Amino acid sequence: MEKKIGVYICTGCGIGDALEIDALAGVATDEYEAAVCRQNAFLCSREGVAEIKHDLENEGINTIVIAACSPRVMTDVFDFGVDKVCERVNLREQVVWSHPPNDEDTQMMAQDQLRMGITKAKEMQPAEPFMAEDLSRKILVVGGGLAGITAASEANKAGYEVVLVEKSDQLGGYLKEVHKLPPSRPPYEELQDFDLGAVTGQVTDQPAVKVYTNAQIAKISGAPCMFDVQIQQNGGVADERVGAIVLATGAIPYDAAKLEHLGFGKSADVITAAQLESMFKSGDVKRPSNGQPITGAAFILCAGSRDPKHLPYCSAACCVESLKQAKYFKQANPETPVYIFYKDLRAHGTYELLYKQLQKDGVIFVRGDVTGVEEDGSGGLVVSADDVLTGSPVMSESVDVVVLATGMVPTTALGKKFKVQEPKEGEEELAVPEDTIVVSNNLNLDYRQGPELPALKYGFPDSHFICFPYESRRTGIYPAGSVRAPMDYWRAVDDATGAALKAIQCVQMVSEGKAVHPRAGDLTYPEFFMQRCTQCKRCTEECPFGAINEDEKANPLPNPTRCRRCGVCMGACPERIISFKNYSVGMIGNAIKSIDVPDEYEEKPRILVLACENDAYPALDMSGIRRMSYNPWVRIVPVRCLGSMNLVWIADALSKGIDGILLLGCKHGDDYQCHFIKGSELANIRMSKIQETLNRLVLESERVRLEQISIADYSKLPEILDSFAAKLDEVGPNPYKGY
Amino acid sequence: MAQGQNGERSILVVGGGMSGLSAALEAAEAGFQVYLVEREPYLGGRVSRMNKYFPKLCPPNCGLEINFRRIRNNPLIRFFTMTEVEKIVGEAGNFDITLKSSPRYVNDKCTGCGACAEAATTHIANPFNYGLDTVKAAYLPHEFAFPMRYVLAPEVIGSEEAAAIKAACPYDAIDLDMQPSTFDLKVGAVIWATGWEPYDAGKIGYYGFGKHKNVISNVMMERLAAYNGPTNGRIVRLSDNRQAGRVAFVQCAGSRDENHLAYCSGVCCLASLKQATYLLEQNPEAQATIFYIDIRALGKYEDFFTKVQADERVTLIKGKAGEITEDSTTGMVTVQVEDQSSGKILKDQFDLVVLATGMVPASATDKVPAEAACDEHGFMLGEQPTGGIIGAGCVKKPVDVATSVQDATAAALKAIQATFRR
Repeated sequence: MEKKIGVYICTGCGIGDALEIDALAGVATDEYEAAVCRQNAFLCSREGVAEIKHDLENEGINTIVIAACSPRVMTDVFDFGVDKVCERVNLREQVVWSHPPNDEDTQMMAQDQLRMGITKAKEMQPAEPFMAEDLSRKILVVGGGLAGITAASEANKAGYEVVLVEKSDQLGGYLKEVHKLPPSRPPYEELQDFDLGAVTGQVTDQPAVKVYTNAQIAKISGAPCMFDVQIQQNGGVADERVGAIVLATGAIPYDAAKLEHLGFGKSADVITAAQLESMFKSGDVKRPSNGQPITGAAFILCAGSRDPKHLPYCSAACCVESLKQAKYFKQANPETPVYIFYKDLRAHGTYELLYKQLQKDGVIFVRGDVTGVEEDGSGGLVVSADDVLTGSPVMSESVDVVVLATGMVPTTALGKKFKVQEPKEGEEELAVPEDTIVVSNNLNLDYRQGPELPALKYGFPDSHFICFPYESRRTGIYPAGSVRAPMDYWRAVDDATGAALKAIQCVQMVSEGKAVHPRAGDLTYPEFFMQRCTQCKRCTEECPFGAINEDEKANPLPNPTRCRRCGVCMGACPERIISFKNYSVGMIGNAIKSIDVPDEYEEKPRILVLACENDAYPALDMSGIRRMSYNPWVRIVPVRCLGSMNLVWIADALSKGIDGILLLGCKHGDDYQCHFIKGSELANIRMSKIQETLNRLVLESERVRLEQISIADYSKLPEILDSFAAKLDEVGPNPYKGY
Repeated sequence: MAQGQNGERSILVVGGGMSGLSAALEAAEAGFQVYLVEREPYLGGRVSRMNKYFPKLCPPNCGLEINFRRIRNNPLIRFFTMTEVEKIVGEAGNFDITLKSSPRYVNDKCTGCGACAEAATTHIANPFNYGLDTVKAAYLPHEFAFPMRYVLAPEVIGSEEAAAIKAACPYDAIDLDMQPSTFDLKVGAVIWATGWEPYDAGKIGYYGFGKHKNVISNVMMERLAAYNGPTNGRIVRLSDNRQAGRVAFVQCAGSRDENHLAYCSGVCCLASLKQATYLLEQNPEAQATIFYIDIRALGKYEDFFTKVQADERVTLIKGKAGEITEDSTTGMVTVQVEDQSSGKILKDQFDLVVLATGMVPASATDKVPAEAACDEHGFMLGEQPTGGIIGAGCVKKPVDVATSVQDATAAALKAIQATFRR
């Protein structure tokens, strides 16, 4: 596309009062020979926008530079369609609202920001979406328990074809052994019946749902809308092509054999909650030791849960499940003594009313740590505990069974940790910390980075579990139910319904060539200039989403529909062969080089700020909205993610004479806030390699700094920016100025 | 009002908080036209007034920023602020909706420059900060406000000040003649996601909320701790603005109590643990005491409980707080509680008492204007008599942010399915 650039400078909101607009316009017309450069006192008005549109139609302008407010606002107003390039230069929030008016340094800042904007716009191209071939819109659901059946049925009800794969010979999962469900309806005090046949019938009677039982996923290769799935069944292999996947393989009860201290394995009458449930399901409720009726029971909650030696977490469902089972006994015979030993009774929400009902029913609740489960010599069992409420040891009366409420272990936690590859002799250890991936035989992804979803903790799949709980680290694969987090039946139903929507949405967006979360709708994707690839493998190792495979010669094999468009691969690539139509190493590098660096005698240092556009950049806007001020030496470049920072930018900036570089990224570590999971962490790792560049240029290491800030840290930004400027003042000017 | 191309295949989402935003975005990104209505002048709802989320202690505006960008970039979502639903008539696949907008007195020419606020002289109670401070009568609800557009308080309409405010706007964005307006939409499904209100702590007479200055609610604590709150994030005693040192958290204030809310709100335990970290972070000398019945830190939140509990400045006492009294000379407040582990009656003095009040579903007071089924607490039932009206988030159950998002995503699919029914 032949570029014809129009630059539009808004003089409203104080911009015209604070800056010499003609001098600013001179940058566009004289330095960059923009075809059109106009000023408008109210650019976002209908008239202002009409003027731009007029130029698009009559002057042949195809690249628009808006020098006005932050790109975070007026987005819809300055939308000129996907076939045009539009770049925003933030003069309002980040220049005139945060710096003194009619000041030489404020003016220079505005002019540099405009130079960078025009330089970028000159190189940006309209997006051409990646259109996959032979698309599938089918949804694969792995796991035929409550969550899996629900996901399959809900997707089917929305008109999608579904493939459901279940390991055992029957659908239903844990539900097959379940007698009744805890209450979901008012008055929330009674247990609910359910019809297993009706549940499984939601998928078995549907022509658009293909059910494979006795089946497992042998291999999944490909990418969203192009997943090729091999399903192993009865010794044969069936092939399916699907668009997106719901992982609903559930959880298993924690191994009670490890709970000898609670009497399991010592007495046949110490059983698990799952065993008791099966008894009620079959109607054969008897003491395992002698086949006699059960005339008294004690439940031990948190059996192996909330326990650093076993499962440190809470399984969220066992308290309510035990209340439900206590109710079975009380319903059968109100006189049956029932004890519940607990740490905290976690009957959240309206389950509280079931708890209250059981208190009325005469269940004896004992808050304390169980110290022993012993046979009492007369064939019964007694549970002893240190009662927290009375401060004294307490014992149950003799009971016939002791029920251990064991927690949930997600099926993704079962297996050995995957290791991509051991470093060969002489090779350096991987700089990038490996993800925790357990070879759990659920998905068997044919991905370079490992066969299953990366885990966060305890084997549960990694995600931004607060705001975006479904977004796993493998695009198009959505975990649901107790494999995602410990949860009860009703929540699993909702969870699976939501996951079905995410799968449908993925199929929809990918088929339009759009990115999914968090850059939902982005039409650009990374393109690889393979002739210059040196097979260094950094892109394949660093992609937080496992989007890039490798051939046997270590050439990257990108999968654009797996890509989240963060640009981490672009930042990682030492050969700079990865670029987006509107974001590339060269483009940002040239923007940096367009900064006017005064010589050292002018005592005007320059600081390059690379700011994460999701958090640090809005935080800088907030400083402006609050009219906080910081030094005018900074030149701000938004980046898709700090992980897209390429080290060559640092070299470009330093050899240009820029005195310091500040990288503003999100918090990393266990409670990371990076929307691309590892971007800011990877940038931090790359920082260690900056030392080589600095040594080569004989420059001080203080010139480059990375700060982790959140979107809410805007109150700290002026201090961060000013203390960095002070540090650079100490270090002295960059000797490369003027070269 | 302009119609989407397929009225019947479009979805109305009522409530622009975490649930409503999520439902709207998830449906729109699946290819459906969505109308999102919000009563407040900005989107984001209750979470935009939170300082941090448990357990990561990360700022809500981080996720909201992503969600607002998703809205800005998605032509399938149209949203209306200061708008409420007046009437819903019809059935799944075919609803006629009447919406009513209150006047903002600021039109879409507003650039957010703030000249109106400079011209305003009247101060009104700041609704964003639960009235803990005041704001000019021409105001931006908060700096992250989306849309970034000012609001004129109705209090000044008709005054000379209003005329001065109008004159101060260079963009002709102040419209003092703006009137309430009603308009109609045709949609195929309705997601009701109006969220929750904090339980009125004033109803628990013996806690003295509203009487003792240094007894506050947990939602007020969020504002005190937030940099964009009334104290720039300093946790102070409201009686004298002195930094709070000894702070008590009274759990289940009105919850799990048949005289108030019989149910458990599920989030208040974690909220108080989180608020204890706010206090200790800004004042290393501070002490947090939490009076509780059970600490309900479900699932992986257990780790957060373990972490906070390990701080020796945090004391957990099992017992439901009784009366709270005030020393009017010092402003100190005394909490009386029976410590269930010792059986003793404890009395302890604090600078500040935070009542962990529970959630009341907004559907209990502002009812769905159609045939809709709720339980006695006001929570919407999963099965509704009018197919195609779907509850999401805290109108269905008292839940945390993550569960609201999950539930809203599920509701989006239910709504999509309902648009097929004709």
